[in-house]
Amino acid sequence: MSSTSLTSGRAWRPTLPRRHVPVLATLVLLLVMYGIGVSQYRAFSNVQVVFNVFIDNGFLLVVAVGMTFVILTGGIDLSVGSVVAMTAMVSAAMLRDGLPAGLVLVVALLIGPTLGFLMGCAIHFFEIQPFIVTLAGMFFARGMCTFISGGSIPITDGFWTAMSQERIGNPAGNFVSISVLIAFAVVLVAAYVLAYTRFGRNVYAIGGNPQSALLMGLPVGRTRIAVYTVSGLCSAIGGILLSFYTLSGAPLIAVGMELDVIAAVVIGGTVLTGGSGYVFGTVLGVLVLGVIQTLITFDGTLNSWWTKIVIGGLLFAFILLQRLIGIRFK
Amino acid sequence: MTDSRPVLTMTGISKSFPGVRALHDVDFRLFPGEVHALMGENGAGKSTLIKVLTGVYGIDEGTITLAGDQVAFSGPMQAAAAGVSTVYQEINLCTNLSVAENIFIGREPRRLGAVRWGEVRRRARALLARLDLDLDVAAPLGSYSLAVQQMVAIARAIDVRAQVLILDEPTSSLDAGEVAQLFRIMRQLRDEGIAILFVTHFLDQVYAVADRITVLRNGALVGEYLTEELPQFSLVEKMIGKELDALERLDEQPKRAVAAQSGGAPLVEVAELGRKGAVAPFSLRIHAGEVVGLAGLLGSGRTEVARLLFGADRADHGQVAVDGGRASLRTPVQAIDRGVGFCSENRRAEGIVPELSVRENMILAMQAARGWLRPIPRRRQDELVDRYVKALSIRPANPDLPVRNLSGGNQQKVLLARWLITEPRLLILDEPTRGIDIGAKTEIQKLVVQLSDGGMAVLFISAELEEVLRLSHRVAVMRDRTMVAQLDNDDSLDADRVMQTIASGTNREEVTR
Repeated sequence: MSSTSLTSGRAWRPTLPRRHVPVLATLVLLLVMYGIGVSQYRAFSNVQVVFNVFIDNGFLLVVAVGMTFVILTGGIDLSVGSVVAMTAMVSAAMLRDGLPAGLVLVVALLIGPTLGFLMGCAIHFFEIQPFIVTLAGMFFARGMCTFISGGSIPITDGFWTAMSQERIGNPAGNFVSISVLIAFAVVLVAAYVLAYTRFGRNVYAIGGNPQSALLMGLPVGRTRIAVYTVSGLCSAIGGILLSFYTLSGAPLIAVGMELDVIAAVVIGGTVLTGGSGYVFGTVLGVLVLGVIQTLITFDGTLNSWWTKIVIGGLLFAFILLQRLIGIRFK
Repeated sequence: MTDSRPVLTMTGISKSFPGVRALHDVDFRLFPGEVHALMGENGAGKSTLIKVLTGVYGIDEGTITLAGDQVAFSGPMQAAAAGVSTVYQEINLCTNLSVAENIFIGREPRRLGAVRWGEVRRRARALLARLDLDLDVAAPLGSYSLAVQQMVAIARAIDVRAQVLILDEPTSSLDAGEVAQLFRIMRQLRDEGIAILFVTHFLDQVYAVADRITVLRNGALVGEYLTEELPQFSLVEKMIGKELDALERLDEQPKRAVAAQSGGAPLVEVAELGRKGAVAPFSLRIHAGEVVGLAGLLGSGRTEVARLLFGADRADHGQVAVDGGRASLRTPVQAIDRGVGFCSENRRAEGIVPELSVRENMILAMQAARGWLRPIPRRRQDELVDRYVKALSIRPANPDLPVRNLSGGNQQKVLLARWLITEPRLLILDEPTRGIDIGAKTEIQKLVVQLSDGGMAVLFISAELEEVLRLSHRVAVMRDRTMVAQLDNDDSLDADRVMQTIASGTNREEVTR
């Protein structure tokens, strides 16, 4: 038997790499939805509409990037919404007490990763389901919000208001907020880490087959703890961005956000069982969510719950798509 | 064969676990440029020896020297770094990653912390070229067959400048052509001076590829032999430590006459049963007391035939009639109800429930047949379990032991007992002897003969042609998911003719329509 016969032993040679199919499907979906918007509403073609989608969803994007790391290993992080809220609350409370903005930033950015690290340790060392551990983290962080204050705390700090109001625009009058730039920076760093560092590749390996990853000598435990820490850090950054956006900290903000985030990641083509997906897909997933919201706002007659209904339908369709590709993959 | 000094020497190795002496004063040596087979029954200490060598276990007594230096590895990683790499039976790679990445992950060439993908792919291509493999290194590993994945695992193993390559049952999931590929690569690596330690259950493979054989029995060394000086039957005798009475008696039996049975009405009549993508429609009659063998390569559709017949997969074509009735078998519950039992090929995933005890595993099918609302009385359970533990000589003979603590062969017997308790009229056995030692294998073969003499019909599926020929009255041959022939097992039928049928797909005219 010659080596050529081995090459022909491949299951099927696709014209288009299978792992790119979900991402491309999302891209097509996004373009179709944007096309519908432009054809239905004259104002939709204004570039600022796209920019506003980014401005309104910058924090969601950052959190979704963190979630992408977790889901790529085959895990899940339900605590992100609560950690976002807790970060915003802690920042607002500290600023109210007159602490300097720099110190507040550092503290706020440490809380999320610390909680993520602890949850990662619980998941790894005690072999507990990520679902349960991060559910506990979710309740804990949400409880801490109400513990800090029962009601909303406004932020009047100069740095925060400056970050909130700063507009970076072009002469035509279109602009984005600083949060959008920060979100883009996070996306670029995450994409680089996943594609070009050993940590990033270990994430994919663990998602593909944790047992094999262990036997190939990869640092499975360290990587698993690290992804929850990364997700915590992203949630913390998301929390800061949200407090820039709302200029307040409220105990019941971002309730259920973890589910939007998971939906965005999955619609963006990352497989829930791990091992396959891209940060770029997550960006598309967040944009899909944002454009649906914008379309429903433009319509004006539809209840905002339609957003949820459409997202539900899309999520279902994308999970089916993944499953079909997965079956072919075997 | 080289006459140089051994690259690896293990001297006086002993290893005990609580209550068990797994290895006792075992010597083993491995020369550069040889394929050395490590043989023994299940539980002889092969795995323990390999694990001691690669540092999975510590040693109680004895020394290991590698290239003249005494070594004691802390684990497989350290062993691999020192040049002793292992490729396991299950392929431990990530199918979602590319071929190139699977070879290099964990030790990718980097610049300033960034993986140099161009370099990774270039080196992967070079390494695979050395193994004479032409693969798209950027394609996901999962798009290649198991055999190719196994060879990628070998590529990963030898990249770490391996002096010693351990192949632990690498062929159990490969078909004949793929095994030939693997052997070609093994010979090539041997000629490059790598020492290969080869563990397998297949005696033919040992004689096809090994230069030297070391036999273990009950944790002790039996001896080291040159392959050409050790005939196959003496190897088996050395492995099981007794004369081959049982096996030979089976061998000497005349071909089993079939004429008597095929005259009457068939017990099971399969008409044009098929399922798209699994098996092309086939027809088959099985009479009471008849053993029908199912031969064919791995992936030719043998298991699919069994699953369709049992109703585990839904047929989209044709029907199965039992006792001449038109009642078809559509679900496993119906099948069990009509007296069909199915021993799955995949005993870990589909058969045995490892946490349950021997007793619970045995009565599972009978309880299912009775319905869960009518528990089997404890005394009846004990009676049945006791009888089959004795009849199949299941060891240890403790019905309350969790099944996972039993060896592979004994697990297989428990599974068999589960179906025998239901007293089926047709028993489907899918690879009942794979991966179990030769003693247990003989016992299971004898049992099949007894059962069919007692009037039970058996559909016997096995990758080992000799076994199929020894036991069957008739042999149905599968090729590319089609039943291409049904051959009476008379004096003219031998392994060669079955192989030819598999290879050529001729004899089509003999398919019963």
